[in-house]
Amino acid sequence: MSIEIRHLSKQFGSFAALRDINLNIHSGELLALLGPSGSGKTTLLRVIAGLETADSGQVLFNNEDATSQPIQERQVGFVFQHYALFRNMTIFENVAFGLRVRPRQNRLRVQEIHERVTNLLKLVQLDWLADRYPHQLSGGQRQRIALARALAVEPKVLLLDEPFGALDAKVRKELRTWLRRLHDEMHITSIFVTHDQEEALEVSDRVVVMNEGCIEQIGTPDEVYERPANPFVYEFLGHVNLFHGRIHQGRAWIGDVEIDAPEHAEAEDLAAVAYVRPHDIEVDRVMNGESALPAQVVHILSVGPVVKLELVQKGNQNKNLIQVEISKERFRDLQLVKGDQVFIKPRRLDLFPHQLH
Amino acid sequence: MSTFKQHSVLPGFNLALGFTLLYLSLVVLIPLSAAFIRTAELNWPEFWATVTTPRVLASYRLTFGASFAAALTNAVFGLLVAWVLVRYHFPGKRVVDALIDLPFALPTAVAGIALTALYAGNGWIGRVLEPLGIKIAFTPLGVYVALTFIGLPFVVRTVQPVLEDIETELEEAAAMLGANRLQTFLRIIFPTIFPALMTGFALAFARAIGEYGSVIFIAGNMPMISEITPLLIITKLEQYDYTGATAIAVVMLVISFILLLIINLLQWWSRRRNALA
Repeated sequence: MSIEIRHLSKQFGSFAALRDINLNIHSGELLALLGPSGSGKTTLLRVIAGLETADSGQVLFNNEDATSQPIQERQVGFVFQHYALFRNMTIFENVAFGLRVRPRQNRLRVQEIHERVTNLLKLVQLDWLADRYPHQLSGGQRQRIALARALAVEPKVLLLDEPFGALDAKVRKELRTWLRRLHDEMHITSIFVTHDQEEALEVSDRVVVMNEGCIEQIGTPDEVYERPANPFVYEFLGHVNLFHGRIHQGRAWIGDVEIDAPEHAEAEDLAAVAYVRPHDIEVDRVMNGESALPAQVVHILSVGPVVKLELVQKGNQNKNLIQVEISKERFRDLQLVKGDQVFIKPRRLDLFPHQLH
Repeated sequence: MSTFKQHSVLPGFNLALGFTLLYLSLVVLIPLSAAFIRTAELNWPEFWATVTTPRVLASYRLTFGASFAAALTNAVFGLLVAWVLVRYHFPGKRVVDALIDLPFALPTAVAGIALTALYAGNGWIGRVLEPLGIKIAFTPLGVYVALTFIGLPFVVRTVQPVLEDIETELEEAAAMLGANRLQTFLRIIFPTIFPALMTGFALAFARAIGEYGSVIFIAGNMPMISEITPLLIITKLEQYDYTGATAIAVVMLVISFILLLIINLLQWWSRRRNALA
């Protein structure tokens, strides 16, 4: 089922949770709503679910207006961050709940309910826990049961509100690969909310980056990571280094380094901020070529295949640490130790005029 | 001893248990056993004759019947009050919340006088009901009204915290799965609050059985009709019939104990079933 969101706005008192949101969700895709807390991502999810009503705007399911449709009729499965399992019921009864509360005329027979619940418990690989109660399960198990319960009513859309937020790091990673696999098998339109950029980039087909009630960027994980639309997305997704400089008629200067900036051909001597990913910085012992920025190594972290360096730019009042990632081979060639003088040069950067920042 | 005493990091099990037993003995068991010892002065036929006269039997029926009805009423409406206090926000909510405790604090005689003034034939409420043929003051109905009044806070105060602890997420989850409000209440909320509701019911019931002050004003105390057992005990005491008074008291004690035991067992059973560990 496709979902379309048109001009959605929501206000909590004086706080604008959503400001004129427009979004199209394709049928069968796994979409991540990513943003810091208070960015409106959970509110958007709850409006789609019908748990929250928007002040204005529309939600369309398969091109039909569902804005004022009651929750019970939306055919939406919802998974809560804290599982929300019914603790007075066994695991089996939790999963069967949605089937048992149906109106009598379209309720399944007892045997069919039993079959479907057993199948779902097998799907989440927890059929051996059917007779237990929620408090006897671990967090990861509970969340899988919550998912099975949501799937029992055969929803057209699956909404997950920070589904792995309450779990520890290892279980989180397992569950998100598992969710990805499950989605590939079932192809049910799914939206999940997260504040963890790694999770969003790893699991989803598309990422919607939100901030202060607005959508900052929509794109595939590659697009939003490689080509962030603005400084916010840049800073929110992964580590990034900031260099202050100037742009003038399609050229940019950071210290002595001069760079082509054709997208800023109109700029007339503007202050600008350059965003550079740690792996997009070249490090050398000598001034190589026309220009580079001098820096000093203050910390080396050489665990793993990538060596992380922390540098301080020389002759700059700005004492921000510059994070650089180089390969182990490159690190061996350079034979760097703490305190060494190096020259750095951004390989790739994005420039944003200063007033935006 | 060692079979049920498990090693624990918390020290002082022996001391704590000893103190508990001593305290319980001094405050509860010894005074109660005095009633039994006093009663033992009667031989069995005498005892049986004392506690089964028609007038005494009528008073048991009234005391336990009205107490049960009042506790049941409070279970229903107390739950409703607790629900409103937890779920809704309205001006003056704190005042209403504080008012709930008033029956706890009010001297029961004051409550009795106030209720009598209201429900008597010339009172504000009695004046309206009397022409309709409903007499409350000086009838068993009056006993029920007084017992309902004093029992309300027990139910509200035991259910309220449990209701506050129920996450709204549970109700949202039920709604997302297609349950309507009634199904959500019956299948999710009610099983969760049921043990607390039983506790509140038991407390209100126990309190009503022992109630004296507020009832004697409104009951009219007509033998065989609106006379409660505690009043009979007082009457016997005033006639210096101490053994007769304690004999009736012992019967009350035993019945109350059995009833409370049953309620506790029910509660234990439902708690186990709901696995609220």
